[in-house]
Amino acid sequence: MAEHREFLTRRLHSLLGVIPIGIFLVQHLVVNHFAVYGEENFNKAADFMHGLPFRLLLEFVVIYLPILFHAILGVYIVFVARSNTKNYGFFRNWMFVLQRVTGIITFVYIVWHVWETRIQIGSQGADYSLMEGILSSPFMFWFYIIGLIATVFHFANGLWSFFVTWGITQSPKSQKIATYATVVVFLALSYVGVRTLITFAYGV
Amino acid sequence: MAEQKTVTFIITRQAGPDSAPYKETFNIPYKKNMNVISGLMEIRQNPVTADGKKTSPVQWDMNCLEEVCGACSMVINGTARQSCAALVDQLEQPIRLEPMSTFPVVRDLIVDRERMFDALKQVKAWIPIDGTHDLGPGPRMPEKKRQWAYELSKCMSCGVCLEACPNVNDKSNFIGPAALSQARLFNAHPTGEMNASERLNGLMEDGGIDGCGNSQNCVQVCPKGIPLTTSIAAMNRATNIQAFKNFFGSDNAH
Ligand code: HEM
Ligand code: SF4
Ligand code: FES
Repeated sequence: MAEHREFLTRRLHSLLGVIPIGIFLVQHLVVNHFAVYGEENFNKAADFMHGLPFRLLLEFVVIYLPILFHAILGVYIVFVARSNTKNYGFFRNWMFVLQRVTGIITFVYIVWHVWETRIQIGSQGADYSLMEGILSSPFMFWFYIIGLIATVFHFANGLWSFFVTWGITQSPKSQKIATYATVVVFLALSYVGVRTLITFAYGV
Repeated sequence: MAEQKTVTFIITRQAGPDSAPYKETFNIPYKKNMNVISGLMEIRQNPVTADGKKTSPVQWDMNCLEEVCGACSMVINGTARQSCAALVDQLEQPIRLEPMSTFPVVRDLIVDRERMFDALKQVKAWIPIDGTHDLGPGPRMPEKKRQWAYELSKCMSCGVCLEACPNVNDKSNFIGPAALSQARLFNAHPTGEMNASERLNGLMEDGGIDGCGNSQNCVQVCPKGIPLTTSIAAMNRATNIQAFKNFFGSDNAH
């Protein structure tokens, strides 16, 4: 297997971006949306997630290790590209650059987010008032908005290239329809996330 | 008589593979319907720069002069294309000529595209038909498929798709789009099909198909209109299946 190591590593990178990281992202945003239905609802949902059996194991296998692998290889992939939108300003080339830019933003954002809402507070789970406290600062609110939009873009556009990497969308027509579908994913997840952040920040 | 119209070229030159590049400007008399190559020929006849300095003639590569050999590719006003098919009337002035940056420069506008042939070797982009005895005629190809395959076979290894690809550069080992599509061409051939797995395994070697990051510039710039991104997606699927066969040891793993 050693002879195809690079190929297999890149395929793993692609797969992990969707399964499990992408699925976790969707789940994370949807569960957090409970905040919109009130503090109690959010805390109940957060407690449920926090009380899942084998929580630490699940977190490592489904979240930390896959993201760590994807992110470290991702930074390397960003580093070996030479963007050339100046001379070749096609739509997909811009998406290529944005995929890389949002990857870096996502990286910074996730590191901070995990530090603040997981590591710093120890083994007790995050609750509504923690998020309320963080997001009531306008700076942090906008930091979270940018981090969220970047992550969701990276996931949605990554889904598009995932379909190509796995040979699902081959014809130009199917790839075009996949573009529209992933735009819908981007808009829908952005709405879910931004709506939640507004509730934490402004209580509405 | 009306004043003689001129055309200005700003050319990035380089004396040899290891020398430093420099720019020279040339003003040459305009002729109707001239292209970049006829402009370069004009400079060769009278190699004097815009400020009157006598210099060495500019070197470039060419062969067919009708956009089928791929030898004359260079970067014209920022984008890579064939200089024989670049009409001066359609270009913004001054016309800037540079060698393609993806390849080592031999001299001036001449580059060494050897890496493209190495890439074709990696994916075994040919059909082995030699034997110790007459192998007889191969299987026939349906006419419809032949017409389809003909489009893929138009690749002239011109290098424009590699130059436009953000993932083909000195920091990455990616072999570029052209060879990926050629593997698809030879895998589609009824005789070539017999060695399909060898080409797929070539695509999976380091620098192979996994280097593609879907910027899709290649399909936009290919002068032959080759559906490179469709080929890449098709080969993505084929290599994934081959990887499963290799790992789980299916009978079809050959
Ligand atoms: C929530 C976190 C993340 C999610 C959900 C995610 C998701 C994805 C998905 C689905 C893909 C498409 C895979 C493919 O092309 O087949 C992808 C690609 C990519 N990701 Fe991420 N990713 C995340 C974090 C990161 C981070 C932190 C980086 C680091 C900079 C990163 C860098 C990249 C790069 C460079 C690609 C493009 C790979 C290529 O086109 O060859 N990602 N990501
Ligand atoms: S695929 Fe097109 S752009 Fe690339 S080398 Fe062949 S002819 Fe040139
Ligand atoms: S000289 Fe052959 S393509 Fe231009």
